[in-house]
Parts: sequence; structure tokens; C-alpha cells
Amino acid sequence: MSTVIWVPKDSAAVSIGANDVAQALENESKKRGLDVVVKRNGSRGMFFLEPLVEVETANGRVAYGPVDVSDVGSLFEAAFEKGGAHRLSLGLTEDIPYLKNQERLTFARAGLADPLDLDSYISNGGFEGLRKAIASAPQAVVAEVLESGLRGRGGAGFPAGIKWKTVLEAQADQKYVACNADEGDSGTFADRMVMEGDPFCLIEGMAIAGLASGATEGYVYIRSEYPDAIKVMGAAVVLARRAGWLGQNVGGSGKAFDIHIRRGAGAYICGEESSMLESLEGKRGLVRAKPPIPALKGLFGKPTVVNNVLTLASVPIILAKGAAFYKNFGMGRSRGTLAFQLAGNIKNGGLVEKAFGVTIRDLIETFGGGTLSGRPFRAAQIGGPLGAYVSADMLDLPMDYEALAAANAMVGHGGIVVFDDSVDMAEMARFAFEFCAIESCGKCTPCRVGAVRGKETMDKILAGDNVASNVALIEDLCELMTDGSLCAMGGLTPMPVMSALRLFPQDFDRAPNLAAE
Amino acid sequence: MTHQSAANTSVDAKAVCARHGFRPDALLEILHDVQHEAGFVPQAALPVIAEALNLSRADVHGVMSFYHDFKSQRQGKVVVTVCRAEACQSMGAFGMIESFLAKRGMKIGETSADGVLTVEATYCLGNCALAPAAMINGRLHGRMGAEKLETRVAEAAL
Repeated sequence: MSTVIWVPKDSAAVSIGANDVAQALENESKKRGLDVVVKRNGSRGMFFLEPLVEVETANGRVAYGPVDVSDVGSLFEAAFEKGGAHRLSLGLTEDIPYLKNQERLTFARAGLADPLDLDSYISNGGFEGLRKAIASAPQAVVAEVLESGLRGRGGAGFPAGIKWKTVLEAQADQKYVACNADEGDSGTFADRMVMEGDPFCLIEGMAIAGLASGATEGYVYIRSEYPDAIKVMGAAVVLARRAGWLGQNVGGSGKAFDIHIRRGAGAYICGEESSMLESLEGKRGLVRAKPPIPALKGLFGKPTVVNNVLTLASVPIILAKGAAFYKNFGMGRSRGTLAFQLAGNIKNGGLVEKAFGVTIRDLIETFGGGTLSGRPFRAAQIGGPLGAYVSADMLDLPMDYEALAAANAMVGHGGIVVFDDSVDMAEMARFAFEFCAIESCGKCTPCRVGAVRGKETMDKILAGDNVASNVALIEDLCELMTDGSLCAMGGLTPMPVMSALRLFPQDFDRAPNLAAE
Repeated sequence: MTHQSAANTSVDAKAVCARHGFRPDALLEILHDVQHEAGFVPQAALPVIAEALNLSRADVHGVMSFYHDFKSQRQGKVVVTVCRAEACQSMGAFGMIESFLAKRGMKIGETSADGVLTVEATYCLGNCALAPAAMINGRLHGRMGAEKLETRVAEAAL
């Protein structure tokens, strides 16, 4: 039998040469006349080890990484296709501590197989959740999701079951499921990993949401910055439809549900749910005022389940293994696991799925290995560009929605961007306003004007111009933006600004810039 | 400029709308397709799309101008999209971008006079564990640096 070698085709792995490595492995094995098949899988999420090459052996999959094209010759000389020892040997993939010490529920299948291999999806537990949903009444499925404690993984943390229940109970001739795959936040790539690496899982989650809420059509709104995710999702939908998991008779249920893939067009604000709905309708992505909530008047004015990719991708395992199983992970009102994403200036960047309650320190130091630059840690931004910065003395906080909120921070989607001591936090505060000014939809004044004024005022502070009074102005402006903005864009921009100001006041204490005068 | 005269700027916008069933909610997809065919969204395509979808020209212009992706002018042969978001900043993206631009006397959003290079900024390419990131002609690159960026851009320009 041929030896199977896996090389990820995840776009992050490809971004540092996975395609070239796969090609080189194929060429070299041919040259040596070896019976080797190079297959392409999704990423395991250990991006610091990419391109991560895995060899199937009698003992399990043996990993090598990070592999460069120049390593290919020596790998064959070490008989790596039989699991031979090499400088890049990492042992059995599943024993790599980074992976072994995780609690992979949503990402249980990440990197196991070809993402578009439907048979292997099914043999690895795929569609068990949907089968259960088909065999249950919609009310029972909604109750299960509610009972699991699953909260929106996109950042806001709203209980998914409550949204589903609202849509189920709404009376309408048409309902929709809209999947938010506009993962625009810096420090996040988990949605992309699901779509590129385990697309059927998202399709299954959406189909369950459809059956549970009475929606017959689903849309996945994928940002245009993710061309590979768009391709893989599109192909997966066709395959699922052909196999009868989508369409007029979902999995033999007698009920209809189908999925359309839609591309975004480079607007960050379209990650906000009502802006995304406008965009799905072919309009400018202007935020809608609430109420009415999307669960009652959403896409095309119809009741709509709007959930993030990870929320929907977590549903299959909840149905398959039961709410109690899922709920057993986590702490307080944060149940289950979160896909933490270690990013920025960090040695071991990648995806770490852990139960809520893991400390920030565990993630950054134990998993992440500290900064990549080797310089001392200074700050981390948690939960995206609208999330707060945390300082070194906050690292023992547990990752829990309520615990972080009590510390004036937020879990968000679990993205963590690490900065070393070279970061200028006043510059980061300025950037938060600049970003808001670029990406604001412009509908409400606090966000549209506040962001521009904030940036201008930060420029004055950076130049040492009337620092004390300008800092007071920033504080006042942040209060107004928090209270007066229509959505989280303007409402949360003060989070990074105020946390930087509160935790690193010395960075704002600028002397007048004499050269500029 | 030669690159403009040589290129095909005419696009059958109505046919694109037909492919999308003349659905107004598919407007973003239609604009993407038009841009893909013509290299940008020609001004002349807007009234055609508006009529085909039964929208006003203002509606179509409004959508086109709202989204960063849609370009009203032809882009360079090589489009470099550099990430300016926080994760890439933490790995020195600003320094890399500034030196790349300074060397060419260009600004973000500009196309070089010879029509070869366009530099765009983006805020996250989802490659934050391998920062800094950049996209060159739709291909994602990770762990960039000033030198690697120059090399990759030179490769794409060949």
C-alpha cells in the first residue's frame, strides 16, 4: 500500500510555502521511485509549525515541521516516509503538547483529512448531529442548544438558543439562517480554518439551525479577503447538495434547506450583523437601528437566525453528544470551549481550543511560548480591534465572559494579539480611532465624527500639545461614543483607547515635540 | 498608457446581471464579476446594471462607492495588499510598508506611473499567527519582511 503524506492546503500554511513543499515531496518521491501519495488536509492550527508535514505510519501520524523545500531531500534520506528520525521530527502529531493539551470539540476534525472528502467527514462523526436533529422536534433541538449554554462566538456572547427560539416561534412565510463569515477582526482566523478545513461542519450546523428554526434558506456571508474559504465552501455546498444533505429533502427529513455563498467586498462593518444583512440584500452596509431584532425582522425583513461561523460549527457536536456533554466544559456562565487564537508577536501562534476558564497566561505563555521577538511582554489585545488591551498584571484572569467584563476587558471571539515592550500604546490608541474612521459606516454621528475627532486629538497628544486637557477630551469623547453609537463599531472603539490610557498612562505623557514647532 | 489601451475595458454588464438572475440582492456579486472581467468597475457599467436590476443609478453608485473592494480605475499588473491591522503591527508591518512605499515614492491606494504596481492597505487577512501578512495578486503571504516583500513583488511582476 502506498504511504500517505499529508501537507495542509490551508491558506496560512500555503502562505509560507505548503504548496511548494507538497510539490517537492511529490517530485522527490517520484525520483526515488517510492510508493508515496501526497494528500492535502486542512491545518491542525499549529501555524508556528507550518508547513507541517504528516506521515501515516502503523503507530499513527508522525509530524515534521516546519518543513522548507530545502529540507525535502534530507527528510527522504532519513526515511521520514517510514517515520524516520529527523531534525524536524515532532513525534506523533496527536502527542505534540500544543495539540494534546487542548480540548478540541469544534475543531476535533481540523487537519485530519481532505476538507472536501465527504466520506471521511462522515466516518469522523460528521452529520451525527444533523441526524439527531432530523429525528427530533424543532422545539427539542432548540431546547438542546439553549441547555448547552452556547453563546455567540462572534464576540457578543448572546445565547444562541434564545435567538433560535425567537425565530422558531415567529410566524412567517419565509425564514432564513445567515451565517456571519465576515471575520474581519485582527487576530482571528478560526472561522477561516473551519471554512477551509472542515466546511461540512459549518454546513451541518446551518442545516440544524434551519430545521430547528423553520428556515429553508441559508446564506454564508464570507469576506472577500478569504478567497480560499469562498472556493472551499462553494465546493462543499455542491457536494453536500449532491449527497442529499442540502436541498428539498435534507438527509431524508422531508424538510428543505439550502445554502447560498455570498462574497463581501472589503467592508469591516459588514461583520456587524445588521450591516451584514443589508449587504446580503445588495445594499450599502449601513447598520440598522434595533429594534426590530433580526430574529424577527432580519434578512429581507423575515425572521433570521444570524450566527457566527464558530457558533454554527459548534452545534453539530452539541446535538451529537448532548447538551450535558458540552456544558460540562467551561466555567460560570461561559460554557463549552472557545477557539482561542494566538496571534501577533507570539512564538507559537495558532489555534488553541480550550474550555472557558483557562487563564490568559496559560494561553500566551504555556501554549504561546511568549513573544516571538524574545523581548518582554507588554500588552495583549483580546477580542479584536474593538477589544481591550490587557497588561502583564492581568494575565492570571480566567477567560470567561463575565470575569473579563469585570476587569473592563472582553473575551470577544477569543483572538489574542500579543505585543512586546517596543509597542507605543498611545500610537495604538490613535490607531483604534483611525481604524474606526476608515471603517465606520457613517450612519450615526458619535462613530462617524467621534472617530475622526479622536484621531485628531490623539495626534495632538502624541505631539505633546496640551496633553492633560486633550486626554480629558479623549475620555469625554469615549464616554459619548460608548453611550451614543448605534452599534459596537463606535460603541467599542473606546475599549482599546481607554484600556491603553488606563493601563499605560506613561505612554500618553508626551513632552511637546519641539522639532515640529 | 499602454496597459490601459491594450486591455479590454468593455464588459457586458447586462450579461453579468443575467447570470445572477437580475436579482438586486446580488449586486455585490455582480460588481465583483464586472470587476473581474474588466479589471475595475467602469463608470459606463453602472447605468446598465441599474437598469437591469431596476435600481436607481444612485443606488448602484452608492453600493459601489461604499465597499473598499470596488475600484473605479484600473489596477496595476501587480496588486500588493498589505495588512495594517494590529497583529501585523506587532510584528513591524508599519516599518515594512513605509520602506516599501518610500523606495517608490508611492502612497497607499496609488498605482505606479508605469501601471505596474498598485499598493492597497487592508485590515486583516486572517494570517495573524504568521504576521506580517500581505496579499499579492490574490495570493496570501505570511511572515513577510522588507526583503521578502521585495522578492515576492519582483516575482509577481515577471
